Amino acid sequence: MKRLVNIREQVVPISFIAAILIIWESVAALQIVPTYILPAPTKIIISLFTNLPVLKEHILVTLMEALVGFVISIVFALFISIIMDSIPVVRRAIYPLIITSQTVPMITIAPLFAIWFGFGYLPKIIIVALVCFFPITISLLEGLASVEEDLLNLIKSMGASKVQLYKIIKLPSAMPGFFSGLKISGTYSITGATIGEWVGGKKGLGVYMLRVKSSFATDKVFATIIIITLLSLGMLKIISYIERKAMPWVHDKNNMVWEDE
Amino acid sequence: MKKVEAINIKKSFGQLHTLEDISLSLEENRFVSLLGPSGCGKSTLFNIISGLTLPDRGEILIDGEVYNGKTGRVSYMHQKDLLLPWKNILSNVMIPLILKGESKNQAEKKALEYFHLFGLDGFEKNYPNQLSGGMRQRASLLRAYLFSKDIMLLDEPFGGLDAITKRKMQHWLLEVFNNLNSSILFITHDIDEAIFLSDEIYILSKRPAVVKKVFQVNIGRPRDDNTFTNVEFIRIKKEILNLL
Ligand SMILES: Nc1ncnc2c1ncn2[C@@H]1O[C@H](COP(=O)(O)OP(=O)(O)O)[C@@H](O)[C@H]1O
Ligand SMILES: [Mg+2]
Repeated sequence: MKRLVNIREQVVPISFIAAILIIWESVAALQIVPTYILPAPTKIIISLFTNLPVLKEHILVTLMEALVGFVISIVFALFISIIMDSIPVVRRAIYPLIITSQTVPMITIAPLFAIWFGFGYLPKIIIVALVCFFPITISLLEGLASVEEDLLNLIKSMGASKVQLYKIIKLPSAMPGFFSGLKISGTYSITGATIGEWVGGKKGLGVYMLRVKSSFATDKVFATIIIITLLSLGMLKIISYIERKAMPWVHDKNNMVWEDE
Repeated sequence: MKKVEAINIKKSFGQLHTLEDISLSLEENRFVSLLGPSGCGKSTLFNIISGLTLPDRGEILIDGEVYNGKTGRVSYMHQKDLLLPWKNILSNVMIPLILKGESKNQAEKKALEYFHLFGLDGFEKNYPNQLSGGMRQRASLLRAYLFSKDIMLLDEPFGGLDAITKRKMQHWLLEVFNNLNSSILFITHDIDEAIFLSDEIYILSKRPAVVKKVFQVNIGRPRDDNTFTNVEFIRIKKEILNLL
């Protein structure tokens, strides 16, 4: 039943996308715009598959940078937000800094990292970590602070230590926020790695993109964009899956509500 | 024997004088209710007895010892069930035992012994949001009970329930009270509920709160629906209504 409704809901957007693709394909077939500006969707798909063997190693590099940076950012975000939450002075000192740092566009400081850390994996990983750090930290901070005062008091009145308070109450109740932060960051991580690679490097989707761009292989540029999009979506899907597994109480909700006998 | 004694408790929050001068005592295995207008400081008094809040003046004695500002002795239950949505009922009620350093196995075993008495048989693995309001309150009560069996502070535990569930819960509490071996302090603003359940009722005034009067409810147990039409019940109810 639910599936049926889902399908019905998807009919409109899918037909819309199909319409766009058909128009796009016709425009390209009629040579209204030159191929190096707008290659046909079919050409992009064909190019995607024929270049897959070459693309594979670039994908792996980008994915590796994104995942390593992502994991590092999670560790740091957990660490920093717990410290900020438990020591109000630290929170007040750091919070404005974290917010302000977000207004600096990553693309403008990426070259700096190349100067400082060279053209290896490190600067890319740092950029990914920086990009991912903010959404996770902010959502964690909100989650940690949103715990009901009465609940904290109750558990305190049972003699819980500060560590127990975090373990039993604060961290679990910050989970929904934490996961929404993860979902945002997870999708950013691929883009972050690509931006890092634009500045220079040997491998990675960003490097590949620059290379095919300078030879006007626009179909390959599009193919790379598709791959980056798919990777980002993949991250989102995986995180959503882990979220469902990690928070069964949210998803079991409507199973049944028992009444008093 | 006096389990809990509050002596001349005073508490203000800045300009807000909540408790002016409150003295009360809870004898062993007695059920004592506090009845007073909303905002007069009843919950504050519970926070003071449980050690979460320090009084400006006065003393809290538990089993004859001074307990001002010391948490971890009495159990405390709120109007909100305050169950953790991410833990199943068994894990929820086990929390106090885990906090006391008991192993998971041991805590499970101890907690399970009471599931029948608390009407929670078969719901060990359910999450709180799968249970009805009355069941959640029973789970919350069980959690409090497992923390400290001898002294329990219940702060309007049935205040958030619908009338029918509330009535059922009152009967249920009355029945299990005989098996609990607890001394209970019970906050309510429902006069019928206070008389029906209690051995003794303290009437508090509005802020700054003092004890207006103490009623002894000399109605034998077990009590049932007929209690509500008992002569003594009606006499006390009239007196309380006149006071408020
Ligand atoms: N920590 C606090 N700081 C300031 N005011 C408080 C605090 N706790 C309670 N109050 C105030 O004290 C009064 C009594 O509160 P409370 O004890 O919750 O009343 P009751 O439980 O009798 O309804 C209320 O006006 C409340 O707003
Ligand atoms: Mg209250």
